[in-house]
Amino acid sequence: MDEREKQRLKCTVNGESVDVLFDGYKTLLEVLREELDLCGTKHGCELGECGACAVLVDGKPVLSCLTLALECGQRKIETIEGVGDAKLHPLQAAFADLGGSQCGYCTPAMILTAKELLERNPDPSLDEIRESLAGVLCRCTGYQQIFDSVEQAAEELRRGEKAEVNS
Amino acid sequence: MMRLPRFRYLAPTTTQEVAEVLASEGPDAMVVAGGTDLLPNMKRRQQTPKTVVGLKGVAALRESQNGTGLRLGAGLTLTEIGEDPRVREHYGALHQAAVQVASPHLRNMATLGGNICLDTRCNYYDQNYEWRKSINFCMKKEGETCWVAPASKRCLAVSSTDTAPALIALGAKVHLLAARESRELSLEELYNNDGISYLTRRPHELLTRVELPDATGWKSTYWKLRRRGSFDFPVLGVAAAVKFDAGGGVADARIVLGAVASSPIVVSEAAEMLVGKELTDGVIEEAAEKAGRKAKPMDNTDFVLHWRKRVAQSFVGYALRELRGDDMSETRWNTAKIRFGD
Ligand SMILES: Cc1cc2nc3c(=O)[nH]c(=O)nc-3n(C[C@H](O)[C@H](O)[C@H](O)COP(=O)(O)OP(=O)(O)OC[C@H]3O[C@@H](n4cnc5c(N)ncnc54)[C@H](O)[C@@H]3O)c2cc1C
Ligand code: SF4
Repeated sequence: MDEREKQRLKCTVNGESVDVLFDGYKTLLEVLREELDLCGTKHGCELGECGACAVLVDGKPVLSCLTLALECGQRKIETIEGVGDAKLHPLQAAFADLGGSQCGYCTPAMILTAKELLERNPDPSLDEIRESLAGVLCRCTGYQQIFDSVEQAAEELRRGEKAEVNS
Repeated sequence: MMRLPRFRYLAPTTTQEVAEVLASEGPDAMVVAGGTDLLPNMKRRQQTPKTVVGLKGVAALRESQNGTGLRLGAGLTLTEIGEDPRVREHYGALHQAAVQVASPHLRNMATLGGNICLDTRCNYYDQNYEWRKSINFCMKKEGETCWVAPASKRCLAVSSTDTAPALIALGAKVHLLAARESRELSLEELYNNDGISYLTRRPHELLTRVELPDATGWKSTYWKLRRRGSFDFPVLGVAAAVKFDAGGGVADARIVLGAVASSPIVVSEAAEMLVGKELTDGVIEEAAEKAGRKAKPMDNTDFVLHWRKRVAQSFVGYALRELRGDDMSETRWNTAKIRFGD
């Protein structure tokens, strides 16, 4: 590729196909925020140290600030804009109820990361919750409310599953 | 925003193609695997390759294979290494090192090859361009002086890879592929104790795989010291592997220190004195002291220097006591906030 030429990215973002032109040096974070106007993904340290920019790529939590948009062709990307619909996702509801979100800057990353954890492990121990969120920094809550929120959401999701099985 | 500089990007799909691209592009090209080391360095303008060669599409780098030992592709992620039951069961030190690298998000991206080739680190170097410019840069890039040791003729930036000490203790070899010739060398030989040219890998060589020998009879462990329990680069890493004979004595041993020099440090004296003995308190203490003396950290990472010099000895002791069968989980939790199930 010529480094000045615009690049073309075709991928799926929150279930919708996307076809967008971007400058080849841009990270996924920059393309999401600047080309697709999806500003729910936060820009923090930009060096992988804070985790605020976490998104799911092919279902796995990764840091969008260290992902080349050039390497996202055909991938499935999920951002906070894709979580919940008319009704809040149980994680969003729990974060709101229990004070898991204060200034809100780390919340999209926390919720996406926790969502993947709960899909993989519906009944995680506190240690497992802590470990999965270890890479996302929060400067407000002291983390306890975040862990409580994830535990409450996990319970809620398990209850929902049971109700579905029984009905 | 701290943006990446512009670069030309190529995405070959076979290892041979990568080798050919590297041969034709010369040292201005660099490969990117997970990008968790290279991209921050590019944002800070520490590394500014004209051409970036993406490895994500090279399927062969993601293969692993059992033989007499275990072959691991350089492109496997650290999450994959951490979850591999063969690694967990037979190569404990590698499992423990891999799961303590960075954070889960970073491990989903980071590769084994990238961890082995990780750039050396230093408080005066891992800063943005303006910060480094304000001190007139340093010897590692664009400057002349080493701010850690102004009289030093060489850069003393720190080898900060967690998996390398573990892999060396396990007797790993690495395979380097080049367009014309390829070679295999022990992982120890891949490193130079020099913060600038810390690898003996030539710019046109691609690290394709790691070969671990059969581990029958061996037990191994990795102890990491880091500032925060959540995630942090190692301030010290201690990898130890011991092969026991039928009577419970030591038949063979390897001890490797990480993050105390510009390369992993193999402390053969300490390991050799264990051979033929049982791991009694006295033997462990003597070996730990010998190993500790080889740790000569500089004041360019975290924690107080005089304490860092002493703590290596304690950590070698912890590692050997764990290999002897002591329950070290409390100490492990206190030093690294991690538990390893049995
Ligand atoms: C916040 C943060 C915390 C971190 N904490 C740790 C930590 O605790 N411990 C630790 O060890 N590391 C840590 N790292 C560093 C890094 O994430 C890991 O070392 C990771 O394994 C690097 O792998 P990668 O695939 O992302 O490497 P890349 O960035 O893709 O590459 C790293 C280097 O290796 C070269 N390279 C990659 N693959 C090959 C290959 N196959 N052949 C030849 N050269 C190759 C690249 O050209 C580059 O120079 C941390 C990073 C961040 C941002
Ligand atoms: S050890 Fe010295 S030369 Fe090397 S990076 Fe640090 S200050 Fe620079």
